[in-house]
Amino acid sequence: MKDMTNAEPLLEIKGLEKKFDLDRGFLETLKLRGGKITRETRAVHAVNNVSLDVHRGEALCVVGESGCGKSTVARLVAGLLTPTKGEIHYDGQRIDNLSRHAMRPLRKKIQMIFQNPYASLNPRMTILEALEEPVRHHNPEFSGSDVRDRVAEVMKSVGVDPAWAKRYPHEFSGGQRQRIAIARALTVDPEFIVADEPISALDVSIQAQVLNLMLEAKENRGLTYLFITHDLSVVEHFGTRVVVLYLGSICEVADTRTLFSSPKHPYTRALLSAVPQLKDDRPNHIRLKGEIPTPINLPQGCPFKSRCAFANSRCDEEKPKAIRQPDGSLVACHAVEEDRITPQV
Amino acid sequence: MSLLSVRDLTVKFAMRDQTVTALNGISFDLAKGERLGIVGESGAGKSITGFSLLNLLSRPGYIDNGQILFDGEDVVKMNDQQLRKVRGNRMAMIFQDPMVTLNPVLTIGQQMVETLRAHRKLSVEEARQIAVVKLREVYINSPEERLDQYPHELSGGMRQRIIIAIALLLDPQLIIADEPTTALDVTIQADIMELLLELCQSNQVGLILITHDLGVVSQMTERTLVMYAGRIIESGRTRSIINDPQHPYTQGLINALPQQTLPGEQLRQIPGNMPTLAQVPNGCAFNPRCTFATDTCRSQIPQISHYGEVEVACHEVQRLQSEQAREEEKA
Amino acid sequence: MSEQGLDTQMPHQAEPSRLAKIMDSDMLYSFRRNPVALFSFGVFAAIAVLSFLAPLIAPYNPYDPAQIDLMNSEYPPVWINGALPEFVLGTDDQGRDLLSTILYGTRLSIIIGLCAVALQAFLGISIGLVAGYVGGRTDSLLMRMADIQLSFSTLMVAIIFLAVTQALFGSETFNRYAVFFLIAVIGVAEWPQYARTVRATVLAEKKKEYIDSARVLGFGPMRIMLRHILPNSMSPIFVISTVQVANAIISEASLSFLGLGMPPSQPSLGSLISAGFDYIYSGSWWITVIPGIVLVVLVLVINLLGDWVRDVLNPKLYKG
Repeated sequence: MKDMTNAEPLLEIKGLEKKFDLDRGFLETLKLRGGKITRETRAVHAVNNVSLDVHRGEALCVVGESGCGKSTVARLVAGLLTPTKGEIHYDGQRIDNLSRHAMRPLRKKIQMIFQNPYASLNPRMTILEALEEPVRHHNPEFSGSDVRDRVAEVMKSVGVDPAWAKRYPHEFSGGQRQRIAIARALTVDPEFIVADEPISALDVSIQAQVLNLMLEAKENRGLTYLFITHDLSVVEHFGTRVVVLYLGSICEVADTRTLFSSPKHPYTRALLSAVPQLKDDRPNHIRLKGEIPTPINLPQGCPFKSRCAFANSRCDEEKPKAIRQPDGSLVACHAVEEDRITPQV
Repeated sequence: MSLLSVRDLTVKFAMRDQTVTALNGISFDLAKGERLGIVGESGAGKSITGFSLLNLLSRPGYIDNGQILFDGEDVVKMNDQQLRKVRGNRMAMIFQDPMVTLNPVLTIGQQMVETLRAHRKLSVEEARQIAVVKLREVYINSPEERLDQYPHELSGGMRQRIIIAIALLLDPQLIIADEPTTALDVTIQADIMELLLELCQSNQVGLILITHDLGVVSQMTERTLVMYAGRIIESGRTRSIINDPQHPYTQGLINALPQQTLPGEQLRQIPGNMPTLAQVPNGCAFNPRCTFATDTCRSQIPQISHYGEVEVACHEVQRLQSEQAREEEKA
Repeated sequence: MSEQGLDTQMPHQAEPSRLAKIMDSDMLYSFRRNPVALFSFGVFAAIAVLSFLAPLIAPYNPYDPAQIDLMNSEYPPVWINGALPEFVLGTDDQGRDLLSTILYGTRLSIIIGLCAVALQAFLGISIGLVAGYVGGRTDSLLMRMADIQLSFSTLMVAIIFLAVTQALFGSETFNRYAVFFLIAVIGVAEWPQYARTVRATVLAEKKKEYIDSARVLGFGPMRIMLRHILPNSMSPIFVISTVQVANAIISEASLSFLGLGMPPSQPSLGSLISAGFDYIYSGSWWITVIPGIVLVVLVLVINLLGDWVRDVLNPKLYKG
């Protein structure tokens, strides 16, 4: 992967931050404290100062547990949300502040696949209508037969049976719907796909079908993926690089192989050990104390400190910066930096 | 004698214009304190099996045939009053979503006390004490305070622990857990599973774990049933099934996992989809997706029978075995 | 239903049937199994067809002064002594054949009801869509407007409006355009019902991923609202529409009864009831009672149909 670091990244995220205000309206922010009325705002810090590069042709996986902000990152990149702070650059162009109109040519390039195939297709549109609509919208110059050709090509490549065309989404199973949703994203011929947990709502045997389909599309169409998931076994198979998020902050960024062979951040190690293994040879499960705190008004210091076995006073005060390790991975942890972590059992 | 003995259980759903069979002649036994996994994909009938065991099916579903002998008594033939004595008391159920299983307007304590007093003659104070003990058993800190909290004040993992504590309140002989950790995060799932395992082992409680996750089954259970389209297609010791599956579907399920393929390579997928209940193919239900299917498979339903260490319902299991052995020799 | 039988043999091979067919067959099925719905629909259809065919089937034309003879006034229905056989339901105070007048009046009531609801729906759906989709301040503004509108009772607004217009234009002009005034006032008074319902469904639909997917594909807000959200918000619209038609017919009748609606020369059911009311104590009860029964039956069957529609289209039952 060394050669890639020199190349211009396709997607560049710099210091991305997203807050969701919990208070609706001015009045809710007023609180009575010690006999005085003060103004307090509460906000969910979904994403905190996240910086990432995605290079052409790679599949960057973002993993983390619920509430870690991984879906928010996906939605920010897809332009469904606007960041509170920070910048998103695509192919050298800043995209987070574009108007809908200026964004339009980029919509063809960046597409998204959603988690729930039962909700991501309009129930009142036939498969054909759903597939033709984006083609028509983005290529007004296309004639009827051009549109049909494009749709037929995509349907064929994704394995959507042409006989399905006149049917409605509710007539299909989850796997078939996800196939259709992928086909829909591919009709505009994108180069970058944000996939937000695309297989976690599917059955095991169907997950493999959809993953294969996405791998195929990656090879045949030269796609680049930003793949959001909580499933580490999928990451190991699918990702070229992995980003581990915890409470909206990056813990570790590494090549997939490096991450799985030598995880460094205490959280990454706990996460890896928690995956249920098929065969009996699993290493001891690293137990984490407590649970993920809510991301409302985060305290200072390392976000993981409340569950970390290696936390000390420095972790309480100072938020760790991502530091490059000898093997090329980035790790944000004081304990790793100070070499306080006992080698893995 | 086994704790639970299910014989030829058939469950049907009366739909608008036809009656579909959701479970077709399910038979299995569970010894006292044994842990059994039921694996399958959505639509396989695994959740319906769980519901039937407590006779919890509601219209349009009904038990058409079969026996469910729990400690020698047939659950199918019980009236409502007898069922109430069994449910929650001797057989408890843990559902998938901890967010909806607890009543949001009652405190944890009220719900636990209510459950206890419905089955035992206890004062509120006594019931609270038992509740505290049970909460401690599931490693909940400061249980006395938790009793006065409402479900929404607790995190998902905490709620699932409390649900387990409620399930254990009346010292049941059997816990049926339907996807108990699917809604939870990985690190928390691992915790809950360890807890459930520990509790079952130390209290000699039987466990039926219904899940789609082979990894979970492999760590939690001693025996496994694999279901497909309303039938058991393979059953046996969990270890044997995971390490040496016989049915092409079980093999497919295990081989389809990403861990079984080198990174970046195509996964070994099972083609096609699980049939809907209204459209179960003739013969072996798996035949349209099976690479080994023959004419026999397309016309005759295979009976489950012993093969090696497991029981399999497959016509071609012998041929399959020899072909695989040949391939392995080549490799 | 026989198609499904075929499907068991050949999954996904059968020629796909159109959604309309499936939707219809689901609705039809529940319809056929619901005697109340069947009966209500039968009665409603009978009333509607008869009244819309009034010019063809009514024995007299109540709008034609040449066919009215004041000498024929207040004949009772045929089953009462002293009736004339040519006036089946008797005659009113002006000597009009009551059967013909009721037929014409029902037609008018139904037309006013439907048009008023169409106006309500148009206003309410547009405002509800915009409020729900755009959100924020626009939403607050539009919904506060709806709240204010709702805090006046429909009848009060209508009475004030109609009384003022009547005074302003004089009763001659008012009577000529009474239909339009009624439609306008009933239509405007009840749009918040639609706006609120539509806004609520829009808020629910907006969260679904297919809307996100449409946004990622770069579709504009108009397209998303009309092509994606609106078709998925139709069932609640359909449900309240039936109830609203019944309400509009009642409102029209009430206003006419108060003398603010249709003039006696072009009576709707309400103005007929009102006109006959003066004679109820003089023994000519039928002028009021018979149109009253028609009105009650009409509104009742529409409401019963509405109940059924709500059960069938209940999002919990049908989206499952």
